[in-house]
Amino acid sequence: MFLTITTTGTPERPATDLGFLLHKHPDRAQAFNTSHGTAHVFYPEADDQRCTAALLLEVDAVALVRKNRNKGKGRGGTPHMALAQYVNDRPYAASSLLAVALSSVFSSAIKGVCAARPERAGQALPLRIEIPSLPARGGTGLIRRLFEPLGWTVDAVPVMLDTQFPEWGESRYVGLVLESSELTLAEALRHLYVLLPVLDGAKHYWVAADEVDKLLRAGEGWLSDHPEQQLITNRYLSRRWSLAREARERLELVRLAEADDSEVEEIDNAVGEDTGPGDEENGESGETTGTGQSPETTEATGTAEAAGPDESAGTDGESQAPEKPAPLAVQRRDAIVAALRASDCARVLDLGCGEGQLVQTLLKDPAFTQIVGVDVSMRALTIASRRLKLDRMGERQSSRITLFQGSLTYTDNRLKGYDAAVLSEVVEHLDLPRLPALEYAVFGSARPRTVLVTTPNAEYNVRWETLPAGHVRHSDHRFEWTREEFRTWARQVGEQHGYSVEFTPVGPDDPEVGPPTQMAVFHLRTTTTTTPHTAKEAAA
Amino acid sequence: MTENQGRTLPVTDLSLVVLIGATGSGKSTFAHRHFQPTEVLSSDFCRGLVADDENDQSASRDAFDVLHYIAGKRLAAGRRTVVDATSVQQESRRQLIELAKRHDVLPIAIVLDVPEEVCAERNAARTDRATMPRRVVRRHVRELRRSLRHLEREGFRKVHVLRGVEEIEHATVVTEKRFNDLTHLTGPFDIIGDIHGCSAELEALLGKLGYVDGAHPEGRTAVFVGDLVDRGPDSPGVLRRVMAMVASGNALCVPGNHENKYGRHLKGRKVQHTHGLAETIEQMEGESEEFRQQVREFIDGLVSHYVLDGGRLVVCHAGLPEKYHGRTSGRVRSHALYGDTTGETDEFGLPVRYPWAEDYRGSAAVVYGHTPVPQATWLNNTICLDTGAVFGGRLTALRWPERELVDVPAEQVWYEPTRPLATEAPGGLDGRPLQLTDVQGRRVVETRYAGRITVREENAAAALEVMSRFAVDPRLLPYLPPTMAPTATSHIEGYLEHPAEAFAQYREDGIARVVCEEKHMGSRAVALVCKDAETASRRFGVDGPTGALYTRTGRPFLDDGAMTEGILDRLREAVSAADLWRELETDWLLLDAELMPWSLKATGLLRTQYAAVGAASGAVFPGALAAIEGAAARGVDVADLLAGQRERASAATAFTEAYRRYCWPTDGLEGVRLAPFQLLAVQGRSLAGLPHDEQLALIDRMVGHDGSGLLRTTRRLFVDTGDPESVRAGVDWWLEMTGRGGEGMVVKPVEAIVRSGSGHLVQPGIKCRGREYLRIIYGPEYTRPENLARLRNRFLGHKRSLATREYALGLEALDRLAAGEPLWRVHEAVFAVLALESEPVDPRL
Repeated sequence: MFLTITTTGTPERPATDLGFLLHKHPDRAQAFNTSHGTAHVFYPEADDQRCTAALLLEVDAVALVRKNRNKGKGRGGTPHMALAQYVNDRPYAASSLLAVALSSVFSSAIKGVCAARPERAGQALPLRIEIPSLPARGGTGLIRRLFEPLGWTVDAVPVMLDTQFPEWGESRYVGLVLESSELTLAEALRHLYVLLPVLDGAKHYWVAADEVDKLLRAGEGWLSDHPEQQLITNRYLSRRWSLAREARERLELVRLAEADDSEVEEIDNAVGEDTGPGDEENGESGETTGTGQSPETTEATGTAEAAGPDESAGTDGESQAPEKPAPLAVQRRDAIVAALRASDCARVLDLGCGEGQLVQTLLKDPAFTQIVGVDVSMRALTIASRRLKLDRMGERQSSRITLFQGSLTYTDNRLKGYDAAVLSEVVEHLDLPRLPALEYAVFGSARPRTVLVTTPNAEYNVRWETLPAGHVRHSDHRFEWTREEFRTWARQVGEQHGYSVEFTPVGPDDPEVGPPTQMAVFHLRTTTTTTPHTAKEAAA
Repeated sequence: MTENQGRTLPVTDLSLVVLIGATGSGKSTFAHRHFQPTEVLSSDFCRGLVADDENDQSASRDAFDVLHYIAGKRLAAGRRTVVDATSVQQESRRQLIELAKRHDVLPIAIVLDVPEEVCAERNAARTDRATMPRRVVRRHVRELRRSLRHLEREGFRKVHVLRGVEEIEHATVVTEKRFNDLTHLTGPFDIIGDIHGCSAELEALLGKLGYVDGAHPEGRTAVFVGDLVDRGPDSPGVLRRVMAMVASGNALCVPGNHENKYGRHLKGRKVQHTHGLAETIEQMEGESEEFRQQVREFIDGLVSHYVLDGGRLVVCHAGLPEKYHGRTSGRVRSHALYGDTTGETDEFGLPVRYPWAEDYRGSAAVVYGHTPVPQATWLNNTICLDTGAVFGGRLTALRWPERELVDVPAEQVWYEPTRPLATEAPGGLDGRPLQLTDVQGRRVVETRYAGRITVREENAAAALEVMSRFAVDPRLLPYLPPTMAPTATSHIEGYLEHPAEAFAQYREDGIARVVCEEKHMGSRAVALVCKDAETASRRFGVDGPTGALYTRTGRPFLDDGAMTEGILDRLREAVSAADLWRELETDWLLLDAELMPWSLKATGLLRTQYAAVGAASGAVFPGALAAIEGAAARGVDVADLLAGQRERASAATAFTEAYRRYCWPTDGLEGVRLAPFQLLAVQGRSLAGLPHDEQLALIDRMVGHDGSGLLRTTRRLFVDTGDPESVRAGVDWWLEMTGRGGEGMVVKPVEAIVRSGSGHLVQPGIKCRGREYLRIIYGPEYTRPENLARLRNRFLGHKRSLATREYALGLEALDRLAAGEPLWRVHEAVFAVLALESEPVDPRL
């Protein structure tokens, strides 16, 4: 990883003063041991008119891996980590590691200390900074938004992923040239020190938590007035969560993803990126705002909400839900509670409870004496448990709640004997061919008196301005149904398993395209004497 | 009884002994004298535990809770327990009898009937009881006297009443074994399944097992699992043979429900003459009254189950869960005779049996009969030997400890079955939907090739998520490929992996002939191809797809179902053209393959990972090198830095070239290639054991008949590990292939499934990855000597163990599939492979 700092000068104010400011002699090449490898400082050019200092960090990739084995080893002494940590861009890209090296190699310069040229340290000077390979989560647009307000002229050119495969498009790297004559060297270095890691989107990195705090301190004097201050701060927080996540989280799903040559985000996407483990820092109100799912996180991983209208409503302050006063997710939960109350349901299953928002809502109503949240994602359950603060809840309250891992593609005797089952925004996360298994598990095996199913109404998608035509609302939606399709399915399921079914719109019922969410309310027909299903029929 | 000799009190070794006596009657002294201190639970002690005062009567309720709790734990663990409390009230005894029943042990009462004066005197002598009112003692004695007559009716199976101080003093307690405890017998045994009056078949089987006139020259013991009678042609003959063998000590016999019912008939009870009893009664009418009397006594004396061979073997008629082994209660006997039923009846009007064996996790093998099955197969260390001899099936015996099955065919269908034999395979009705309990939590999967394989809870949890959210329908997912270990680390300069070690390893394992198969750098794909949609529906129960194409974790390989069908179509045509349907006598085929290009499936990974590294390095080096050259031109000493960076730059270029070889553009099926390398299973048969040369010959024919250009052949070279010349040729072949950028090769024993001398499975394959390919795994600069030196310190043990375990599970899945076992049984093994894939192991291996 590599960057150069160039300044220009005159015989009176020679450019080579850069050497004094950086405390590195222009005629020597120097090497420094840093925590992640050897940092070299040398000057490709140095005269009165023009002087360039180069910082090259030689990352020892093998050592980098070994250093991070302290999180615990797998059996047989094998490193307990993901493959992605072995082959990665760290040795090449100007990431947070370079920022750390920068601060240690130029520690005096970054503080603005210069004994030899004290007057120049406090003065602005013409600067040109080149970073040929900068990982930029958020792209050139974000780079501009970050640097331009600080007085830099930005020239950022995206790097192609592979020139041999132009169809793969641009990489996340940018060749960056920054120019300014309004800034002191110390300011420039501190900008880099903070903003390089902000742009570095890698999830596998090795910056310790305390270094994150150091980075924040380096923002003093400019960060508070920065128009993107919120984003910069958020990214630090999300980085810290990632740290926590990586340390705490079991890597089973990562390994299963790797077995398939796929990215972990492809399968560990039951809950949004970076929510949860850091919850405590902002979830005190008990409300579901601001869990830190910033739009750029989602854009970078490509797994979270594409349009923001649906799942993230209520969890993401920045979602573009048109109905500002009551987000769709809230309306949906209200509709579910109303339907459950209308059917006199006290013992309720929330099948596919996700992060536990509905469980939380149900808990507030004493009519629901037993609430069981079931999800197949262990991570979702962990987050739900934290959201509900189960470990701090009074006994009487907590005895009403059970959370456990389950799967709706298997029958489960634990789900028998409840008044109601809610499948809120669940069916569309299953491949259509697997739906009969879910139908049997819920309507045939668990067989509660009442079943509520909500799912997006695909017809309504044209009303989401931010959703490109033909797209589904969430990247994990395997399908989205029109009203007719949903009703046909629901009636057929009801017929097969002996349930009557009614339909209720959730959200504004558009005269043309219907409501954004459609809900089916199934009631077990009491007249049926025998269960209409057989094991054979459901062999799923 | 004489006064000086004293009475002998038999007490069963596993029982709940209740001492009954007033305060001061000497129970604690008695218990101390006749039982181990840890066997005795005293209510006084428990009062002390909960209230710091052994005489605090207000603590009695809690004290008895504690006492019952501890007693329960002891009984559950199979330890005799003596309760030292007054127990003079019926209510307190009732609770103890309940407790004994709950743990299926015998409740035994020992009554110490001591005169009131003696008790009062003793209490007065004790400081802590000196103030006890006399009326308490009086009440105790009164209640005790009132109870005496009812103790047996209350449920005590043995009642010993000791009257007076003298008799108590001189009594001795003798520990008796339970009738079912024959752990001291080590056999060897021949356990014989349900006979049902098939006398000729029994004689044939005994002959085949080596018995001569009811005795085995090597001293083996026959064990009959019951149902000797009913339905068949000669129940008296069977009874005569078995009774004689039991009487002479050559056999053991447990009762079946049919003997039980016939026994009740013989005792004059009214029973329905159904299910073949009428035949027995009729046949027995020709026998003497004396014989009938003998039969009656024989049946009466049968013990419901036996624990044999040091506790390693349990034999009973209808199976027995672990907690009932060696226990003695009505429900244990009932389970041993009839099994567990769900209370429902099936479409044939027969009771639906609860599949207890599915839940069995015990260490003792349970051998039983009762439920006719098409063939005897082990399930969770249990096996049902009823192979329906009377219904025209076979009469089966299990040799123990050899675990060998010996059987003879029925001479004819002696009795028409109510329900077809095949519908009830071990573990339940076929076609039941998958249950969460089939896969969730810590599980042990029984495999033919590697014994019991444990799946840990956290791994099952991860697999559940992937299986539920992403996998194809489990009915179309009968197999997942195992992981494969790399060759031992090479010490040849510049190499981390080299085939020399692979050949050496197999030579050490005693395997002479190996095949080297070219590794196709694509993505693993398993293809299930049915001849047509009708076959898919009939055999796999799915409507629509004609098969499946899925990844290593069971996900659909292609999102587009039409494209999948396109690939299946082409495969199907090749199979048809090569005439393999007919030759393999099948209408479906499961095969293991590699699908190319790699970029088809791994685009995401390529973009975020591999190409990204290439892009980052490609962007940084030109500028960095120019800068260093600039400094050098100024006379700054950067020679070393320059040399180092140039080397790094060329390593980065080599890295980019390495991954590029495995990428090419595709359009629909255009450009997609499939290289099958193993046929896994066909109808009724696992092909995993078919030698690789035969495998490849079949596959070559398929590839040769492929008109679509989809299929690619797998190049191979056979190597004799004992012949240096042949080994050298193998190494050269690899060098040549990997020198051109090939991924490498897999070395496999030609014989496919091979066990080592010690009986363990030999690695089914060892991968030797190319030097350039490994840059993708170990990083662009892994070949630098200092990096190689560090990387050589890698641990293969866990990877090898994982590879073997997953391989055994895969084989198990295929065997279960081939045997037509229920879906949950196949799925159990498949799911376990997926779960094991999430075990922590160095991902670079």
